[in-house]
Amino acid sequence: MFEKILIANRGEIACRVIKTARKMGIKTVAIYSDADAHALHVQMADEAVHIGPAPANQSYIVIDKVMAAIRQTGAQAVHPGYGFLSENRKFAEALEAAGVAFIGPPATAIEAMGDKITSKKLAAEAGVSTVPGYMGEIADAEEAVKISREVGYPVMIKASAGGGGKGMRIAWNDTEAREGFESSKNEAASSFGDDRIFIEKFVTQPRHIEIQVLADQHGNTVYLHERECSIQRRNQKVIEEAPSPFLDADTRRAMGEQACALASAVGYTSAGTVEFIVDGDRNFYFLEMNTRLQVEHPVTELITGIDLVEQMIRVAAGEKLPFAQGDIALNGWAMESRLYAEDPYRNFLPSIGRLSRYRPPAEVATKTHAVRNDTGVYEGGEISMFYDPMIAKLCTWAPDRAQAIEEMRRALDAFEVEGIGHNLPFLAAVMDHPRFVAGAITTAFIAEEYPDGFSGVTPDAATLQRLAAAAGHMKMRKEARAAQISGAMANHRRRLENDYVVFLGRDTFPVRIDETETGTDVAFEGGETLAVQSDWTPGNPLFRGLVGGEEMIVKVDFIRGGARLRYRGADIKAVVRTPRQAALAALMPEKQPADTSKFLLCPMPGLVVRLDVAEGDEVQEGQPLAVVEAMKMENTLRAERRAVVKSINASPGASLRVDDVIMEFE
Amino acid sequence: MKDILQELEDRRASARLGGGQARIDGQHAKGKLTARERIDLLLDEGSFEEFDMFVAHRCTDFGMEASRPYGDGVVTGWGTVNGRMIYVFSQDFTVFGGSLSETHAAKICKIMDMAMQNGAPVIGINDSGGARIQEGVASLAGYADVFQRNIMASGVVPQISLIMGPCAGGAVYSPAMTDFIFMVRDTSYMFVTGPDVVKTVTNEVVTAEELGGAKTHTTKSSVADGAFEDDMEALMEVRRLIDFLPLSNREKPPVRPFFDTPDRIEPSLDTLIPANPNQPYDMRELILKIADESDFYELQQDFARNILTGFIRLEGSTVGVVANQPMVLAGCLDIDSSRKAARFVRFCDAFEIPILTLVDVPGFLPGTGQEYGGVIKHGAKLLFAYGEATVPKVTVITRKAYGGAYDVMASKHLRGDFNYAWPTAEIAVMGAKGAVEILYRSELGDPDKIAARTRDYENRFANPFVAAEKGFVDEVIQPRSTRKRVCRAFASLRGKKLTNPWKKHDNIPL
Repeated sequence: MFEKILIANRGEIACRVIKTARKMGIKTVAIYSDADAHALHVQMADEAVHIGPAPANQSYIVIDKVMAAIRQTGAQAVHPGYGFLSENRKFAEALEAAGVAFIGPPATAIEAMGDKITSKKLAAEAGVSTVPGYMGEIADAEEAVKISREVGYPVMIKASAGGGGKGMRIAWNDTEAREGFESSKNEAASSFGDDRIFIEKFVTQPRHIEIQVLADQHGNTVYLHERECSIQRRNQKVIEEAPSPFLDADTRRAMGEQACALASAVGYTSAGTVEFIVDGDRNFYFLEMNTRLQVEHPVTELITGIDLVEQMIRVAAGEKLPFAQGDIALNGWAMESRLYAEDPYRNFLPSIGRLSRYRPPAEVATKTHAVRNDTGVYEGGEISMFYDPMIAKLCTWAPDRAQAIEEMRRALDAFEVEGIGHNLPFLAAVMDHPRFVAGAITTAFIAEEYPDGFSGVTPDAATLQRLAAAAGHMKMRKEARAAQISGAMANHRRRLENDYVVFLGRDTFPVRIDETETGTDVAFEGGETLAVQSDWTPGNPLFRGLVGGEEMIVKVDFIRGGARLRYRGADIKAVVRTPRQAALAALMPEKQPADTSKFLLCPMPGLVVRLDVAEGDEVQEGQPLAVVEAMKMENTLRAERRAVVKSINASPGASLRVDDVIMEFE
Repeated sequence: MKDILQELEDRRASARLGGGQARIDGQHAKGKLTARERIDLLLDEGSFEEFDMFVAHRCTDFGMEASRPYGDGVVTGWGTVNGRMIYVFSQDFTVFGGSLSETHAAKICKIMDMAMQNGAPVIGINDSGGARIQEGVASLAGYADVFQRNIMASGVVPQISLIMGPCAGGAVYSPAMTDFIFMVRDTSYMFVTGPDVVKTVTNEVVTAEELGGAKTHTTKSSVADGAFEDDMEALMEVRRLIDFLPLSNREKPPVRPFFDTPDRIEPSLDTLIPANPNQPYDMRELILKIADESDFYELQQDFARNILTGFIRLEGSTVGVVANQPMVLAGCLDIDSSRKAARFVRFCDAFEIPILTLVDVPGFLPGTGQEYGGVIKHGAKLLFAYGEATVPKVTVITRKAYGGAYDVMASKHLRGDFNYAWPTAEIAVMGAKGAVEILYRSELGDPDKIAARTRDYENRFANPFVAAEKGFVDEVIQPRSTRKRVCRAFASLRGKKLTNPWKKHDNIPL
């Protein structure tokens, strides 16, 4: 076994690999760029080597620099993680030449699977099901109809040179095939100057399901079942699970066997993933093979109990797989949510900055449930603009899918991230979405269910009532403490009221709150009483407790006049008032949000360093617009709302006074 | 007997109706609450005890004798906020537009006298058209009587003004002399001369809102310490503020149970200071992570944002915080920030509130605007305020403490009790680049030499250890343990006794 390995990566995956290496008694070497000098993977590794400036193309993916780090530290093997150099044939070759083991597949397999056309050809030869279609020249509409019948409707008629949907038609019958061929051809000729057309099977209700394979250097190849990754936003996977709620045992076996056949055909070793697209009738077609460890590998580990990184290291060291296909379990259900530094309320705009608070839920692993969080960040760390915006992978496991989802909901509720925009509310919303819960998902799920983006969740009546009870309970706790202030007139201590009105957004709940031995009873108009039990104390940003017997974890921030509650993707202001206060509050005018000016004004005297947008650009709320230097400090000015830049009145180098107009919006 | 009791109830009902239901509805239509409704929200429910409910004016000119409503346009009395006594007056716009008469003023004076005698704050709710013109000089006399009491009460009991309607002319000077002024957006304004007079005299055309609205006074003039969305929010937030303040200068600041650990360690503070010395960071994060339960009551939030002022609690007791804010103008001191902080420091000192100072200051802002504006004297105000303060003073230098600004920011030399520095602190006369350019002027043509000199200077001075060697810094502390160290420092200072030499009063450079 190796004594020391180098991890040619950063972030959560570097930390993930280090954890397993440490467990195996192997020393680890991290590499880091300028931006990562204080990163978690650097702190976790036994040694760390600086390899250059922040941009990855000057550090993490410069083969020479990584090779130098290997020489300098004497690492015997390299784990590439995913991305960066993980599927780079030249890197694998350089390692081979240097006599350093690559913890991954052979260079030949990387190359064979690296090309879409070659890999599809190899797959077909290995007996793997591929999307039926015809790549040759099609003479006329009649031939198009003939081919379409052979492929089987529906078919997709596509321009060879096409892209972005241009010159693309879907045909469900002969007539549509004929018309589609003609119009595609015309459109292709005019748009691309190339009227070649091809026809392939149109996959309806497509799901992205992939098979994890593992092969050693002794000819043993096994599959570790599937992962379903259909919840994607613009081809970026957001939520994954294992197994798939859609596959039956026969399909699973067929897909697994084909995946192994392909791996064997290309002499594959180590961990790899064969991606399939699966239609509504469980027909599956090969998409591509990823010759590396996948981001979403933890869900496979949770259902099989196999540490994939450990097996990759053992395989690279020449060991035999310690199990055969029949030994591989499929135990329970695992979910993964990818936490991205992207603000869902601002059209998923990447967000960078300091993590002023980062408290993931506690990791647990028992027979009935598990929570696992793979991360590369820490509270006080910086999310930089240079790398992937994914900051953590939160996984849960439970005996069945419904429980795994419920575990995930709770874990997301307890996950505290402040300082940057992030997609926690969106993840929580999906976990509660009836279509997701039913497992009726396709790769179009997000586009279909959130066509206009994400604007938060409106809780149902029962949830609102429970939130109201929690808010009432917290109000009582706060007021009880406030009444204990020193300096009160002797024997004139404030008597706490019991009747309140809870305002939640636009809903109001008149309640009576009584202290009980275990907490408070919140009685609603109409007779229902919810008992609240919680050890929450003022100042705690997380309310955990039982509300009406059900567990509830709510994030709470006290803001002017009330509390901001965040729960299951909802983000609402709660105000608890006495009946007298409530009556007077009703007299208060409803204020329109202030007219955000159409100008970006210079907030301080300073020098324009940089303009980040141009006239005519559409900008999102929070997007950086310009950088102004004042007192030798660079201050980034951001858009206060979505707008289009009408004109720019300042140029870099200009010296501005306070309130000078930098740009005007339409 | 029954009839007499009924008579009292009838009279009370009449007094409670102020200027009548129509005017009350008018007040509500403007988004404003009535004088009594405001008192209800400010005080603990049912705790209000009224004085002078049946006082009526004595004016007989201009037919005034025909209308003598009870209360004469102001409701006065006392009550409790979380069980602690306060005095309150609340002007009633429904009665003669809340205008101030001789008797109206006398009612206010009465509760101010009692507040001083009994040691409790005065909260004034202002909603008045101004002087009662029909009473002439008697009304002006009334104002002056109130002013004189504001002055006498200053530093004896906290005085808080809420501006919840018009407040113009001479009327502005009573709030002006109180400790804090809060305004309500869109429904309140304050000015010495209104838009009409301004137009007549200077030809300037300006709206009341632009001239003296909440935005003007919280961002431009700094007359107001905060602005709120509506009456409800304003009154709730003033209750919160009262919980931080002692009742008088005869008492210690209040203490209440807290749910936080004094020795809470915050590892994230170790990375608060960015690697690049020219990159800003948010000082507010440090304040929130030091404070009990992350609770920070900020004052003058929108004015001179290069310095932060406000109250937190440590181990349940109030502490005033003054902190340079690197996010704005690099946290430098200038005219506005010096004035803002100086007034806050003096409030804290007057009412025995200990002061925590967080320092990251590159110096005073240069420029003709500053010098012509008198930054020398304004900067001296903060220096003076810190130097005369005898309350416990704990200072933490997080990064830059350059030049005269280092001295000003509650340095050891101004009787700082605990002066801590983070390892990232740089305590020097100026930054390395500037210093080298002066010290090695002859080598300026040689960039390599200058770079080497700059490195030398940084190695020697860009750290807290030179100051620590001299005892100007008591201890260099880990950022992560700042809360623990600061809490313990203040705990050890609870018995601090320090008095300045007797004087009639000092002569702070106003």
